[in-house]
Amino acid sequence: MQLKTTPESGLWRFIVTAVCLLPGLLFPATAAAAVLPEDRADVMYHVYDGGGLKVDGPSVLVRKAYKDKVSVWANYYVDMISSASIDVVTTASEYTEKRNEQSIGIDYLHGKTSMGLAYTRSEESDYNAETVRFGMSQDFFGDLTSIGLSYARGRDEVRRNGDATFEEKTDRQNYRLDLTQVLTKNWVLALNYEGVTDEGFLNNPYRQVRFLDPQEARGYAYQAELYPGTKTSSAFAVRSMYYLPWRASLRGEYRMYSDSWGVNAWNLEVGYTHPFDFGLTLEARYRYYDQTAADFYSDLFPFRSAQNFIARDKELATFTNHSVGAGASYRFETGWLPFTKAAEANLFIDWMSFDYQDFRDVRVTGGAPGAERLYGFESLIVRAFLSVYF
Amino acid sequence: MKRILRLPLLLLVVLASGCTSIEPWVSPFERNNLADPIMSFNRAPVASGYLHHVYQAREGARGAEGGSGGGCGCN
Repeated sequence: MQLKTTPESGLWRFIVTAVCLLPGLLFPATAAAAVLPEDRADVMYHVYDGGGLKVDGPSVLVRKAYKDKVSVWANYYVDMISSASIDVVTTASEYTEKRNEQSIGIDYLHGKTSMGLAYTRSEESDYNAETVRFGMSQDFFGDLTSIGLSYARGRDEVRRNGDATFEEKTDRQNYRLDLTQVLTKNWVLALNYEGVTDEGFLNNPYRQVRFLDPQEARGYAYQAELYPGTKTSSAFAVRSMYYLPWRASLRGEYRMYSDSWGVNAWNLEVGYTHPFDFGLTLEARYRYYDQTAADFYSDLFPFRSAQNFIARDKELATFTNHSVGAGASYRFETGWLPFTKAAEANLFIDWMSFDYQDFRDVRVTGGAPGAERLYGFESLIVRAFLSVYF
Repeated sequence: MKRILRLPLLLLVVLASGCTSIEPWVSPFERNNLADPIMSFNRAPVASGYLHHVYQAREGARGAEGGSGGGCGCN
């Protein structure tokens, strides 16, 4: 599907109408209660290790407000990637890579309306991406309701290492609507919707599909995957938090997703957070994710170029995953450190287990093509960070 | 495009129809519990943003959660 935001298009009219009319007509102008995010600095070290892939690196976030009207922030993030994943070892060779991401943003608060503008730039040896996001939100109904609207535009440049002539583009647009509602003095509900459209080169320039080939000793051969040039997706989430009588919180999330490639997914998450009087906060969570395959996905195609679009990305396969996580945060005063109020040391550890229903482990040889065991893997995610409030 | 716009427009119509007659049913002095940091949907932005990035790289679904744009690190 082609998506254009020309002044004549219905989409353009929707954006202009929503941006112009929402604050003025829908929401009464009363005393200010909305606040900007608190001033803070976060320094995090993150690790993802699983399925032959290890990604680690730092992330630094700094946010500072001026006169309770404007808050500026910046984030520097690095991924150090060392990959020997199943995709890499079966059709390519192990590699290491580094991805740098820089983001800057500004938030402006006027009465009960807040507006934000952010810019993100990401660089890899074979992939550059730029994203600009604009959003606004408004509190109303005595500050029991908050509604937010945002739009993002991204432009990606895709290259292929070892092939200086390869260069493709991708355009991405995100439309997001958030509604947060206070239900009782202990209960809050949030509804989130996001539509995303992509246009351009959307597949991975390295990944390949396999097809039956009697000429090959192993019974199959590989060819480059080929995706459609457009993609449109919709995701809708319901989130809720409840304050328990003994000062703890319980939260739940349900999200459903569908896209024009035929992928349908949903996930369910529950979490529990329990603070203690001496500054320690513990939390635990569980998440389940379920996904169907894309229409043009197959683990093994019957012959070369069997369809106009072909994919064997395991991210487009049918699979489920479970994740279990635990975290600990310890907050302490920092009166001894100039310009700061408090700090918090945090450690979060998550374990994920993926089970694929139609993606087979071709590292196992000796059997007939298409009869290999189904693939699955586990991964560990660690986030260790220090937050300083000032 | 119709599928993308359907839900936001429906929500706007519902909200616009009830703006004038609703009184707040939770007073400001009753919101101590809601203001507790443990009731935040995004208590640690740098950490939750990273986890959303992990999900986006490993799963087919995307959107309606936090996270940042740009790049993948998932080839």
